[in-house]
Amino acid sequence: MSLHAMAPDGHAPHAEYRPVFVGARRAELDTLLSRYPSKMAALLPALWILQEERGWVSPDGIEEVAQALELTPAYVNGVVTFYTMYHQHPVGRHFVQVCTTTPCNVCGAEDVVSAFLRETKCGELGVTSADGRFTVIEVECLGACGFATPVMVNETMIECVSVDSVKDLLAGLD
Amino acid sequence: MGYPHPSHSRETPVISKYFGDPEARTLAGWQKRGGYEVLKQALSTDPVEVQNVVKDSGLRGRGGAGFPTGVKWSFMKPDGKTHYLCINGDESEPGTFKDRELMRWTPHQLVEGAAVAAHAIYAETAYIYIRGEYTEPIARVSEAIREAYAAGILGANAMGSGKRVDVHVHKGAGAYICGEETALMNSLEGRRGNPRIKPPFPAVAGLFAQPTTINNVETVCAAIHVLRNGADWYKSLSSPTNPKSTGTKLFSVCGNVARPGNYEVGMGFPMKDFLWELCGGPPAGRAFKAIIPGGSSVPILTPEECEAAVMDYEGIQAAGSLLGSGGVICFDDSQDMVRQIARLARFYAHESCAQCTQCREGTAWTTKILERIRDGQGTMKDLDTLLEIADNMTGKTICVLSDSCATPVVSGLKKFRHEFEAKIPKNRSSVMIPSLSTAAA
Repeated sequence: MSLHAMAPDGHAPHAEYRPVFVGARRAELDTLLSRYPSKMAALLPALWILQEERGWVSPDGIEEVAQALELTPAYVNGVVTFYTMYHQHPVGRHFVQVCTTTPCNVCGAEDVVSAFLRETKCGELGVTSADGRFTVIEVECLGACGFATPVMVNETMIECVSVDSVKDLLAGLD
Repeated sequence: MGYPHPSHSRETPVISKYFGDPEARTLAGWQKRGGYEVLKQALSTDPVEVQNVVKDSGLRGRGGAGFPTGVKWSFMKPDGKTHYLCINGDESEPGTFKDRELMRWTPHQLVEGAAVAAHAIYAETAYIYIRGEYTEPIARVSEAIREAYAAGILGANAMGSGKRVDVHVHKGAGAYICGEETALMNSLEGRRGNPRIKPPFPAVAGLFAQPTTINNVETVCAAIHVLRNGADWYKSLSSPTNPKSTGTKLFSVCGNVARPGNYEVGMGFPMKDFLWELCGGPPAGRAFKAIIPGGSSVPILTPEECEAAVMDYEGIQAAGSLLGSGGVICFDDSQDMVRQIARLARFYAHESCAQCTQCREGTAWTTKILERIRDGQGTMKDLDTLLEIADNMTGKTICVLSDSCATPVVSGLKKFRHEFEAKIPKNRSSVMIPSLSTAAA
């Protein structure tokens, strides 16, 4: 299907939008499609590719994914908004997720969150720092409860972060 | 083994034997340790025979429900339809991190287990659904699959058997509820992760409306050891006094405890010895106040209740809770139980898929009420209201997320009521709304 073709409900990405699914990324999507009996099943993986390429899931990106999988943008948006890991707006260069669910909470995770907000100068949860480097959020159970407090910085999980190790951890990031 | 600690002499490492051993991650390393011999054998064995060995072993699902694995496999008949296997690697139950280590350290163990299970249920395709936050497990399992295809272990002619076995990783995107089996299938199909009404059960109409089996990561890992060493060997690993819980179980231990980590013990292991000898007891200078033995969705126990229990499905149930996923969460005497139960409720409110009214409203109101009690704004009537809401949230929804939120509230109120009452100002009969009272003043 042409990238400029209309999606079923008549939407299309803006003319200046650079498509994601070209070249190697298109080949990757085709491989994914070969693994499932329906195109729709490739939706979560396709959204991951979009986010890896662009840093977030933009409305234009949603239009492109919808076209590629023969879905409506409204349907894709419904799926995007269900899952917490798709960014619905741009975030800082380093997206920091601190687990504060009960097992980590009893080990002092809320103090770790405060240390990140202070040291990154984000000040508030979900707000990107003025220099664009950081966004800090609290996240529900990262599944590394024995290594409290686990923190994810983009795709990397860091175990056993404490208030005292936050400064050093941030110093290693650009 | 007691990863990240050295193995304790009272552990029975079977599926966790190679934790901490990077060589076991590679195909060559896994094969050196006897890997894929079971798959080769299984592929030339009738699926019914494979099912029967697993049935005889007494292996039960390790994801939480404890359904007999061989029986589940036997629901799948050679009916000419396309069958699917889903491996649940969504591991999102607070307190549980065993599948994470299984996938990080022994990805080929999982791939082999998935391929064996696929054969046992007449399926050619297995999807391993792994939560999106597990970036390292996803990378390890994906690499193991790549190696297995390159070596002809997976693919159109798996290990020269003439049978097709495909295994794919499917990455989740952040939703606790996708660990519920029908929500997982919806998510895999590219939908919102809303649980489905049962029936139809997955064995009749599951993934892509085809007959489907869904197994936990730990279950299929254990299955290959059952097939390698036999059902009797597996049963010999657990306490002979309870034939209903067999083999070993990997427990994750976290919270206020001296040595958090994963420990693999025979079913029926005394919980007192487990907590004190293996895990080292509470942090220095502290005492245990409460323990949740099977992931955040099961009733809270007192240390006395725990120490009298044995660790198997029936033993934990007799103590008043459930074995669940095997996630042991410890609270020491410095913890404020109201605060922690409120935090648990917030987790469920955040993770509710919002399909069922009892859950969507119940988890949110439970959280609001608990947080106002936590903040000294509660009333005695709130305690009754919490129990009333909990009653309306139990057994009334499509899945058990709602029940899971009510469980720690009910057990917490029963066992730690004095802590709730201590936070309620005397003579307060109605809820203060701070903004209004400020405006009036």
